[in-house]
Amino acid sequence: MKVVVDMNKCQDHGQCVFASPDVFSFDDAGRLAYVAEPDDALRDEVEEAADVCPLQAIRIEG
Amino acid sequence: MSATVVVAGASMAGLRAAEQLRAAGWDGPVTVIGDEPHMPYNRPPLSKEVLAGKAPFESLAFRPRASVRDVEWRLGTRIVAADLDARHVELADGERLPYAGLVVATGMRPRRLRCPGPLTGRHTVRTLADAQGLHADLSRPGARVVVVGGGFIGCEVAATALGLGAAEVTVVDPMPLPMVGPLGELLARALLRRHEERGVRFALGTGVTAFEGGDRVTGVVLSDGRVLPADVVVESVGSLANTEWLDGNGLDLTDGVLTDEHLRAGGRPDVVAVGDVARFPNARYDGVPRRVEHWSIPTDTAKHAAVTLTAHLNGTGGTGREPFAPLPTFWSDQHDFRLQSFGAPALGLDDVRVLHGDEDGDLLVGYHTDGLLVGVIALGGQSAVMGAARYRAQLLKQPALSAAPALSAAPALSAAPDVAAVPALPVLTGQGAPE
Repeated sequence: MKVVVDMNKCQDHGQCVFASPDVFSFDDAGRLAYVAEPDDALRDEVEEAADVCPLQAIRIEG
Repeated sequence: MSATVVVAGASMAGLRAAEQLRAAGWDGPVTVIGDEPHMPYNRPPLSKEVLAGKAPFESLAFRPRASVRDVEWRLGTRIVAADLDARHVELADGERLPYAGLVVATGMRPRRLRCPGPLTGRHTVRTLADAQGLHADLSRPGARVVVVGGGFIGCEVAATALGLGAAEVTVVDPMPLPMVGPLGELLARALLRRHEERGVRFALGTGVTAFEGGDRVTGVVLSDGRVLPADVVVESVGSLANTEWLDGNGLDLTDGVLTDEHLRAGGRPDVVAVGDVARFPNARYDGVPRRVEHWSIPTDTAKHAAVTLTAHLNGTGGTGREPFAPLPTFWSDQHDFRLQSFGAPALGLDDVRVLHGDEDGDLLVGYHTDGLLVGVIALGGQSAVMGAARYRAQLLKQPALSAAPALSAAPALSAAPDVAAVPALPVLTGQGAPE
């Protein structure tokens, strides 16, 4: 599974971090960081993260 | 007998319902019916990026999951009636669609002011067409804008209009402060100050009695006698539930569709309601059914309701599940700052404490019931928002509030998300009720 976040859209709401803390996090500067190719076992929570993004900036490929 | 699930409403709640039906194990046919011509799209940008002319439709459209590729979309189609005993819905052209399960996701529409005067130049913001129409009108050079209703949408539109170069932007509201219902006085005062510092004017504690003008609005007559010159008027005075099509089926449609703790309507195992039209008890709080117009609610309700309905349709029971108990959250972007909420601040308006910061900088406010933190709201930049997020885990862990008479009388939790309208305001017009 591949995760792509459109960083031009991202406005640091952080809802993805709550939904999928294994994949999404904030760095020290408060900007979003994420695992680009997470384990497929995390699919449910990554899908949830994509659902709850207010900007709908998260895309899941494969 | 039909084996189709009909989803009534093709906005975010309808899409999420279809996706969650698949996730819950419903493999049968699904038909989603919506009256707008568009596939489901994200509404929060309507009062901001779309209104500012910066976001084309493609950037708003949701990307449906692969699991709903075989779902039938009937767009530009209105449902006018339903017979829940016979299990069918009726479309505007008379066609009847039978169903095995029905998801009510017909949402809300804006309330309109009913006072004398011209209609042209008056806008609401609910659909893409609304926002595009308002954008065109706001682009008139030197426009004087009057926003009636200082809730979420009103405050966001005021900020956007000013950013577009409007000559004057005035927010009118019968309450003494903007957004005071969902925010409480302390935070609403801080919000008012920030808007005023950036150039938005306010006419508070007053309603609207009439609009002036011939073919087109030229002024707004206030109940205190003043007349505000206006080239463009935005009405953001709350919303009404789209439930008329369900009349005559014995459902409680007092304010949206009343559901039980698993989002079933009228005690029917084959009818669920989702999104901001659903009036549901939240087991996390006092169990009083409320509609909640937050952006997070369509997804939360769809997830729970899809399991409820699929368990019934697949004959797998579904009893004994935990009742629905979402943690509400909302945000609002205005000017260069954000409001971010977690929990149910509206239930703790009598005990409001500053948790961090002050009215001049980033501000974090806590709302309490019986000394228990029930909600937080941040006002400011990213660090304020992060500060609020740190309380989220605590709010999730909190024990459920017991039902209490005092809470039953608390203001509706439907503090409204972002673009999905404000709770009903006191009557704004001197002449006749709003629609």
